Amino acid sequence: MYAVEMVNIVKKFPGVLANDHVTIRVKKGEIHAIVGENGAGKSTLMNQLYGLYHPDEGEIFINGEKVTIRGPKDAIKNGIGMVHQHFMLVDTLTVAENVVLGSEPVKGLNFDMKKARQDVKDLSEKYGLFVDVDAKIEDIPVGMQQRVEIIKTLYRGANIIILDEPTAVLTPQEVEELFEIMRKLKDSGKTILFISHKLHEVMEISDRITVMRLGKVTGELETSKTNPKEIARHMVGREVVLRVTKEPHEPKEVVFEIKDLVVKDNRGLTAVNGISFNVRKGEIVGIAGVAGNGQTELVEAITGLRKIESGNIYFEGKDVTGFNPKQLRELGMAHIPEDRLKHGLIKEFEAYYNVILGQHYKYPFSNGTFLYHDNIFNYTKDLMEEFDVRPRKIDHLGGNFSGGNQQKLVVGREIKTNPKFLVVAQPTRGLDVGAIEFIHKQILKMRSLDAGILLISMELEEIFSLSDRILVMYEGEIMGEVKPEETTIEEVGLMMTGHRFEEVRRG
Amino acid sequence: MNKKFMAILVPVVSVLIALAISTIIIILIGKNPIDAYGALIKGSFGSKQAIADTVIKTTPLILTGLAVGFGFRAGVFNIGAEGQMVMGALIAATFASNFGFLPPLIAIPLTILIAMSVGAGYAAIAGFLKAKTGAHEVVTTIMLNWIATYFASYMVTGPLKVGSGTPKSPEIADSAQLPILMKVGAIEMSAGIIIAIIAAIFMYILLNKTTTGYEIKAVGFNPYAAEYGGISVSKNIVLAMAISGALAGLAGATELMGVHHRFLGELSGGKGFDGISIALIGQNNPIGIIFAAFLIGALRTGSNEMQFIGVPKHMVMIIQGIVIFLVAADRIVRTIMIRKRVEK
Repeated sequence: MYAVEMVNIVKKFPGVLANDHVTIRVKKGEIHAIVGENGAGKSTLMNQLYGLYHPDEGEIFINGEKVTIRGPKDAIKNGIGMVHQHFMLVDTLTVAENVVLGSEPVKGLNFDMKKARQDVKDLSEKYGLFVDVDAKIEDIPVGMQQRVEIIKTLYRGANIIILDEPTAVLTPQEVEELFEIMRKLKDSGKTILFISHKLHEVMEISDRITVMRLGKVTGELETSKTNPKEIARHMVGREVVLRVTKEPHEPKEVVFEIKDLVVKDNRGLTAVNGISFNVRKGEIVGIAGVAGNGQTELVEAITGLRKIESGNIYFEGKDVTGFNPKQLRELGMAHIPEDRLKHGLIKEFEAYYNVILGQHYKYPFSNGTFLYHDNIFNYTKDLMEEFDVRPRKIDHLGGNFSGGNQQKLVVGREIKTNPKFLVVAQPTRGLDVGAIEFIHKQILKMRSLDAGILLISMELEEIFSLSDRILVMYEGEIMGEVKPEETTIEEVGLMMTGHRFEEVRRG
Repeated sequence: MNKKFMAILVPVVSVLIALAISTIIIILIGKNPIDAYGALIKGSFGSKQAIADTVIKTTPLILTGLAVGFGFRAGVFNIGAEGQMVMGALIAATFASNFGFLPPLIAIPLTILIAMSVGAGYAAIAGFLKAKTGAHEVVTTIMLNWIATYFASYMVTGPLKVGSGTPKSPEIADSAQLPILMKVGAIEMSAGIIIAIIAAIFMYILLNKTTTGYEIKAVGFNPYAAEYGGISVSKNIVLAMAISGALAGLAGATELMGVHHRFLGELSGGKGFDGISIALIGQNNPIGIIFAAFLIGALRTGSNEMQFIGVPKHMVMIIQGIVIFLVAADRIVRTIMIRKRVEK
């Protein structure tokens, strides 16, 4: 008997196939982990179960019965509760008030605070979910806020509880407490869906695992019969994408170096924890890692977009720590950002304004005060020709190009500045095969022209086929450095899930 | 091409719909709409005097419309044009009453410069607060409006007070008054309109032809991409607010130097807030703003004439309100247009 069955779920977003015929079956009373990299479609799938999105195709069965979930209300009616990655609590209300919010007990016409407090206390004791019912949310730690969220689902009668990356915000001790609670819930017959990309947690707590990659299910495993290596392989995928041929090329002197770099994320937690490495001219250094392990923060710190807590950055031997993006660009750094719609492009600007971003104040585009539109137009025409951007309309708005052509505009813009050092983050995310090959060739061309290149990618195939050296990042630290020809995908996959190079080699 | 076409079409269609609705209302109150609109046109364009009056009413509306519209293009919502206009005019009035010793060639530009600088500085406070602390400019500019209003009323009832009756400041020196282009009876139309049109041209050039305009627009559209491209987001937010405030201060200057010749309460009279509507109708485009200001200016001037034949002058407020509603909700109009095209 399955508590949850989602069959052939298809969910499309503009330009993205988030769920591609996904089927998942969860047994009653088990802890079922859904594992995959960021962007694999885990949260999208669970949001459809909770009614926040509606599947384009496919069917959902709860306890064997076909259901249509139009919104969270329907989900709650079917006994489904969800604890989101970002808590949905009212900071200025108490724990008890938050739990009952939306289905408050009443006495006559009044809100029955006494009963609310008692109900929350009862639930808290029954499942070992320790909370202070009278404390305000803003005054309690994150771990307790999460317990409030879990009580909220129980208060609404949930038998199936979805936890979306619940450990991401917790300290190791809080994680242990959470696991204790999950076991208690399981013992009392609740079914738990647990989203994560941390393999040791999944190994510890789950009964069964569904692995997702790029919107598809790539593996259904029994936790007791599998190992991190196998999960990692399903997670990062093995299908061979085309490999571009890489000519041997002798690297020259060091162009870029970081020492003991520490950077915090938006929540103020340490995202990059004392990393050091260098990049030489004419070499590609790849950084592999599951998304969300500090790569984004590392790139932003290197390119001047994020504050550096401690450590140093050197460009051609010169200390450039704390330089802003303009100063770094002046020195000869270029950056192909991971999110082209956030950093890379201005959707409302025409192509010709997008391709001069970062160079717009310099000759031949400007004399410092006035723009030279003729030069800008001609430059854009040349760039679109050279990088095969379609449609070839220089006044097409940035947001109206397809993803691949937007990326070509960004890649073209950055490469045409003739950088000495190029930071390339997730350059082929969401692109088709043709565009991927084109962009890989451009990156290799920069290498042959003796630019130093730092490549950050979640695509292991991409890292393997382009890099001269590979660094593996996990929770803000470097797990090890390997050469692509001397390692295997499995070895790197293990390092990506938190095993140091020395452990991996020891076996 | 299509985008530009829509930018013109939406306000024009909105005005036509507004006129259609007002026609129905005029019929419902038992008047003849043709007579009413005839009176409206006669009142705003029917005589030299009417035209001069329309131009006088239009001038400050162009400038406050430009102020707000420029802010929108830069991604800031400057609701404080009113306060910036008041402060600019008030401080300029204080200085210009002593400019009798200066020739007009110096006194006029100097007075304008003072009003613009004060407007710019006053708006820059909100810009600075937004850039440094994230305080939203809508909130801060509204608060700054009240500070300006009460400060001005203190000044004209206290330190600057002259005469009795309406609180007002002393008259500015003759040499600081704008030259008069046209004089019809008691109505004097000053060169303010020329200043307003020059300001619109300036805004067009700044936004479309300069690196500063490029940077300001980039920050307004996508601050993340702007920062990535080496553009300072905080600097450009402050700059955008300052330029917007300078235009509002200029509106204060033309009212002071071309119309009232002294500071008094009705000098601003909500024209800073009108700027928001005008920027909306004009689609934040300098030329569109000139037309929108003329539309509103003409409606207001003509409304008195309409009142004479028994149609309440508030009818123009209804027209104005409907136009603003439709332009703000331009999706409604667009949807209707697109559906029509599909049906064809």
